[in-house]
Formats: sequence, structure tokens, C-alpha cells
Amino acid sequence: MKQSVSSEQELAEAVAAAAGPLRIRGGGTRDIGRPVVGEVLSVAGLSGVDLYEPGALTLVARAGTPLAEIDALLAGEGQRLAFEPMDHRVLLGTGGEPTIGGAVAANVSGPRRVQAGAARDFALGARFVDGRGRVLKNGGRVMKNVTGYDLVKLLAGSWGTLGVLTEVSLKVQAVPETEATLVARGLGLAEGVAALARALGSPWDISGTVHLEVGEASETRVRIEGSEMSVRYRAGALAGAGFAGWEVVEGVASAVLWREVRDVAPFAGDGRVIWRLSVKPSDAPVISAALTAAGLVHRGIYDWGGGLMWLALEDGGDDAGEGLIRGQIAAHGGHAMLVRASEALRGRIAVFQPQPAPVAALMRGLKQKFDPRGILNPGLMMSEHDKAAG
Amino acid sequence: MQMPEPEADILAGKARIVARLREVLPNGAVIDDPVALKVYECDGLSAYRCPPMCAVLPGSTEEVSAVMRVCHEAGVPVVPRGSGTSLSGGALPTADSVILGVARMNRVLETDYDNRFIRVEAGRTNLSVTGAVEADGFFYAPDPSSQLACAIAGNIAMNSGGAHCLKYGVTTNNLMGVTVVMADGEVIELGGAHLDAGGLDLLGLICGSEGQLGVVTEATLRILAKPEGARPVLIGFDSNEVAGACVSDIIRAGILPVAIEFMDRVVIRAAEAHAHPGYPDCEALLIIEVEGSEAEIDHQLGRIIEIARHHEPVALRESASAEESAKIWKGRKTAFGAMGRINDYMCLDGTIPVSELPLVLRRIGEMGEGYGLTVGNVFHAGDGNMHPLILFDANKPGDLEKAEALGADILTLCVEVGGCLTGEHGVGVEKRDIMRAQYSDDDLAIQMDVKDVFDPAWVLNPAKVFPLDASAPRRLAK
Repeated sequence: MKQSVSSEQELAEAVAAAAGPLRIRGGGTRDIGRPVVGEVLSVAGLSGVDLYEPGALTLVARAGTPLAEIDALLAGEGQRLAFEPMDHRVLLGTGGEPTIGGAVAANVSGPRRVQAGAARDFALGARFVDGRGRVLKNGGRVMKNVTGYDLVKLLAGSWGTLGVLTEVSLKVQAVPETEATLVARGLGLAEGVAALARALGSPWDISGTVHLEVGEASETRVRIEGSEMSVRYRAGALAGAGFAGWEVVEGVASAVLWREVRDVAPFAGDGRVIWRLSVKPSDAPVISAALTAAGLVHRGIYDWGGGLMWLALEDGGDDAGEGLIRGQIAAHGGHAMLVRASEALRGRIAVFQPQPAPVAALMRGLKQKFDPRGILNPGLMMSEHDKAAG
Repeated sequence: MQMPEPEADILAGKARIVARLREVLPNGAVIDDPVALKVYECDGLSAYRCPPMCAVLPGSTEEVSAVMRVCHEAGVPVVPRGSGTSLSGGALPTADSVILGVARMNRVLETDYDNRFIRVEAGRTNLSVTGAVEADGFFYAPDPSSQLACAIAGNIAMNSGGAHCLKYGVTTNNLMGVTVVMADGEVIELGGAHLDAGGLDLLGLICGSEGQLGVVTEATLRILAKPEGARPVLIGFDSNEVAGACVSDIIRAGILPVAIEFMDRVVIRAAEAHAHPGYPDCEALLIIEVEGSEAEIDHQLGRIIEIARHHEPVALRESASAEESAKIWKGRKTAFGAMGRINDYMCLDGTIPVSELPLVLRRIGEMGEGYGLTVGNVFHAGDGNMHPLILFDANKPGDLEKAEALGADILTLCVEVGGCLTGEHGVGVEKRDIMRAQYSDDDLAIQMDVKDVFDPAWVLNPAKVFPLDASAPRRLAK
């Protein structure tokens, strides 16, 4: 069963009239989370840009607007979405069109997260339909707004479990004149992460830092963006500060390198289980080594200076490596998410990081208020023992 | 402005509550002497005052937790307080409330340059966070004007901004984790040295919740490497419209200054008389600052000046030295004080889409004339966060009420043109009763539902943020 709506009002009515669980769908490209049993409710029909003011760096778009359409519109004015949302189709092998509502609902951010911020940092306002079918709004379309609670942050990353986004306001960013990437090969993980920390701790406004261990030789990359003269200056400054001998890749070739990182492309096209860990960057080498020592063989893409670990498991065993990985999170802090796995595994293993009891209780309480009937993507985010929280 | 009537049975039980608080806190941490309590009867919004029942100054998360348990059990309202610099009455007590000040909790707990964060107790002042790391070439970006005095706790409660947030974002964009004492005394941790949330983003919800959802006692803050240098340029125009158009053109050209500050004639003259920064006498003045190496700064300022010249500025001065830069900024940073020398003033904080600047400035002028009050404008133009300063005489009967009415009209206008009531000061008590200008009853109800989840008994800062009549059923249901 699938229901499509073409206006906010229709969406509100569909939610109010729903007799059972709904699977909220934008473009359908992010098949992530515990499988949700329910009627598909598509918001792809809520499409179109309502307002775009390049001089105010502001865009207001309906949730179902394809990202491709937004990218093209922004590019026409020399602007872009700074948070560099990943296209999950590459990694997950899904079809469909990524939408802006999906990117915000899942708080999807790419390599530039370390410098510019996450999707949630660029989300200025939202309109949404709650579980009772009420149309609500929060925030606005201005960059500074502390009027009441910031529910926009709460909705960003709530994966449609608290409300169905119908419209989002975003801060956008000018596309810099050019970019360059410094590349080193063959560094060990600890060495690579330490180099990335040095880059991020420099005054040269680094906008991407990744260490890849996906094939035979590792590759470590540092990105600089800005005007021609500024990029040249900073590349030179880095070379003089411990990055001598790093190859410099410029312009379009540099952009290609980061699209690959953004989409976790090296792990596309096979059936390996993929975990996504957010940790303190300097913990990445420690965690990776501990997993290896425990026999969990993996390849890794370490974005965000090491703080974002994409792990592809050669063989995770019955629990897809959950015990070992979540054990590391328990020891070091952070969170781990099972991004790619069979439906059966995702039905059995907590996809999102289980939360300590008092925090989980708050999340359940919020779910209860936003969606008292528990019909919006029920079970998607929370594990079996607190499934009621959605 | 109304506050709820203090509850008679709480007032009657004061001695017992003070005694209970003394049992769980060290000597000297409970203040109930009427003279000593004077300090806590108001915050930066000094037009409204009320002494609290008592004030407590706990020294640790555990002590904050103990205070919350006592107050929760007794049903006593708690008003959290950082340094008391709120401009919206966020720390204004009621007579039956306990002020919970975190000023004694000001230690640096951890500094980590490899992972670029600092963990501090929440009573630490904003500027002293940067002070703890600047010798090593780092800084904490959000810089509210009160940064010398204001506490991180208050910054988080109000999601404070500052002049430089055009590039670096506001508090919520620089906050990585918090330790929170809940209304019932339970302690939770949200976020940390890693990025983003593993479940729902409760950290993003806590930031800007005006001390209504929990008491933040520790914070993990993102620190950044200091740029090699920074330099401002001063550009004067003979009309607000043209200055506004210049701002828009700079942003469209893809230049991202760290700050674009705007002052109108009223404020320019006040600032000049007060701090003598050498401002030109003109209708509108922009201070635009860029960062980077010397060559990068030259390059960016060159482009900005080129754009500005298209708008025929009446004055244009690039800072030639660190002293001159400091002087240019001194005029701006002391502008509020300079206005205060002229008369009492009420500082508004609405944000508008940048494109609406000329219209809104013109309407503010007209509305001020209608009320017979002078309004000066100084604000963060890059992000549309306005600070109209309404001059009035507090000793003249009726003047405060007139200023309040004009303020409400101006903020309503901000909302009408697509903006909001407050960009960085918070709702507090000041904007509480005009929240319906921006939000429907349902929009407010879902926010109050959130408070119900975190603080079912409405113990924490209960009379703020929401219109009193809207929150009454929930406050009184406890």
C-alpha cells in the first residue's frame, strides 16, 4: 500500500486519518534503520522551492524537493549546500531521488562537517505534521533565531519518527572559487589521523580531512577551499608545516576525491556489513586496533579527521560485529550505527546507538508527545527493548 | 509585565527549605540575607526586579543535583542563573523561587587540542574560555557583547550569538556536549568529544531552552585555531537603504566576512561622543571584518571595497594598524553603553531577512516618531539580527510603558516581514507575552509538551518563554 500526497494539508489529513503505522518516505534512497512495517506515505509530491534569496543566503523548499533540483538552482547563483549531504544510493544500492527533507530528517552531512557544520546546523526552520495530523512550525528563515525551543534541531536526525517534515528553511553558502587537496599515501591509521589533527589545528581553515584504508595502500587527504590566491597560499603554508611532499590535487580532480568520500563510494557494490561510528577523532586508531585484535577484520574510511569511522566488515559473524563495536563505544564514548545490513540483521540488531536509560526515557517521552499513537516510522530508531519510543 | 503570584504555602515553608538546602550544601552556599539577595533580584533587564526566596551557589554537579532534589520534592520553583547578564529577564526570580547560580563552577576540566575541544564548568565566563586556550593559538568563537561577564551556562540557555557568528555560527553550532541536572536531580550526559547525536538530538534541544529543561553544569565546547590575522574596514553611507544593498551585494559576491556590523546615525553619534573611535558623521556605517593572512586580508578587503564603491560611500577607511582596528571595534562594542549615557534604553533583538533591512529601518523610524521616542539601530547586518535601542526616561511616568509598546510593535513588524522576535537574547519574560505573534497555539503547545517531558512539575524557570495564560494550566497542574 502506498499513499501519495501533493500538499501539506493533504499530508496532515492522511496522517490524522491513518489507522495504523506509516512508513514516511521522501525519495526512498535511505533504506536505513529497523525495518518499519506500515503503509508507505510518500512526501515526494511536496516539491518545489518556495523562496530563494541569494543575497541573504537563504532557501526555503518543500520537503520532497529533489536535492538535484536544489543543487542546480543554487549552482546557478554560485551557491551550494555547505553540509555536503551524502548520496546514499551509492553505498546502499538504492534507487529514487534524494530529497532535501530526507537529508534534514536524517541529518546527513559530508566531509565538510568538520569545518562548516552538519545539516542540523544549516536548518533554520521547519514546517511539519505531527503524529496527530497537526501542521506545526518551528524556527524561521533567518540565521539567528532563539524564539522558543529549537525543535528544528530535534527534528533534524529524528528520521521522521517525531513528525513529517513538509518544508525546511536552510542557510546556504557561496561556492569558493576553487579547491585543492593534499594527498599522502602509505601512512598508518595513527599516523594519518595525527596528520589530520595537525591540519585541523592549523589556522588555514581546512574543510575536509580523511584517511582511507580501503585497498592495498592507504591514502590521507586534506582539503582547502577558497579564492585562487588563498588556496595557493594555504597549500604552501601547509607544505611548510609538516605537509611537505604531499601531492597537491587541484580543482575538479580534487572535487572528485571528495565526492567519493562523501558517498563512501569505495564500499559500494558489495554485500559487506557497514558500520558508521562517530567518536573522538584520536580514538579512531585505538578502536580500529582493538577491533582487529579481537578478530573483527575491517576496512575503514576515517572522515572528519578520524571522528567519523566507516567500517566495512569482512565477516561480522552472527551479530554483525555489534558486540565488539558497541563495546568500544562503551569504553570510549560516541555512537555507532549499523548503516548497511540485511533487513533480517537490522530487525535483530539495534541499528541506532542504544541510549542510557534516563536519556532513552526522555526520547520515549518526546515520541509520546509528538506522536501519541506511535504511527510515524515506529521502531525505526529504537532497539527492541524500548521499541515503543520509535 | 506580570509574574505569577508567589505561592503562599511555599513562602510559609521558607525556613524549612532554606534549612534543607543548608543541609546539602557547604557553608556559605545558601544566601537568604535580604541585603545579600539584592544582587539576585534582577538580571540585565533591570526594569523588572523581585528578590527570590533565597539563592544557592553550588560548587559541583553533585551539589546542583542535591539542590534540585530538595526543590523538586518541595515543589519550589528554581531559576538557574549564570552571570545574570540576560537582557530578556531569563534569570528574573519570583518571590517563591530559589536562584541557582553556577558562578562558583568555573573550572577548566579538560583541554584537548588534537581533538579541538575544551570541557569547562558552566559558570565559566565566555571570554575566559578563549583565555584558557589563546596562548596555544585557539579560541572559542561565539562572542556575545557581554563576553567579559556572561557565563557559558547562560550562553547555552539562550543560544547566544555575537558579532562574529556570521562565519562561525552561534552557541548551538559550537556546543559538542553537556552535563545536565534534570528537574528531579538526575544527572545526564548529552554529546561529548564526538560529533552529532546517536539518537534524537537532545543537545540541540537543550541549547536555547532558557533553563527550562535542565541545569547545564558542564559543557564541551568546540575550539578553533586562531586565524593568522583579522582587519576591519569602515564604510559610511548617506542612506540606510544603500548600506543594506551593499551588505547584500557583498554576500552575493561569495565573500564571507567574519562580521558585518551596522550602525545608524543616532548610534554613530553616541558612540563617537563616548569612545571617540573616529567614526564619520553619516546616516549608516558598516564595520566589515575579514580574516586570514595579510595577503588574504588584502585580497578580500580589496573585493569588498570594490563592491562598496559601486554604492558611492561617503566614507571608507581600511584599518592600517592593530590600534586602529581596536578603536573601530571599541566604538561598536561600547555602543550600548554610549546610548545609556543619553538616556535609559530598551534593547530589542529581532531578526529579519537581510533583504528587508531598508524597509524595517524606515518603519522603525516612523513608529518611533509616532510614539515620540528616539530609536537608535546597531546590529549584526550580515545575519539580519537587529538591535533597535529605544531611548526613554525611566523616571518619567508612562515612558517605560510607551517604550514597551513601541518595542512590541517593532518586534511584530520583524515577524511580519519573515523574521523572528529574538535572535540571540532569548524570550525570557520580555517577549513571553508576544510569542503568539510568531507561533500559533499549537506551535507553542508542542514546545510546552517538550517541557512536560523534561520537567513534568514545571519547577525550572516556569514563568518564562511562554505566554503566562498559555502555560498556566501546565504550571498549576503540578
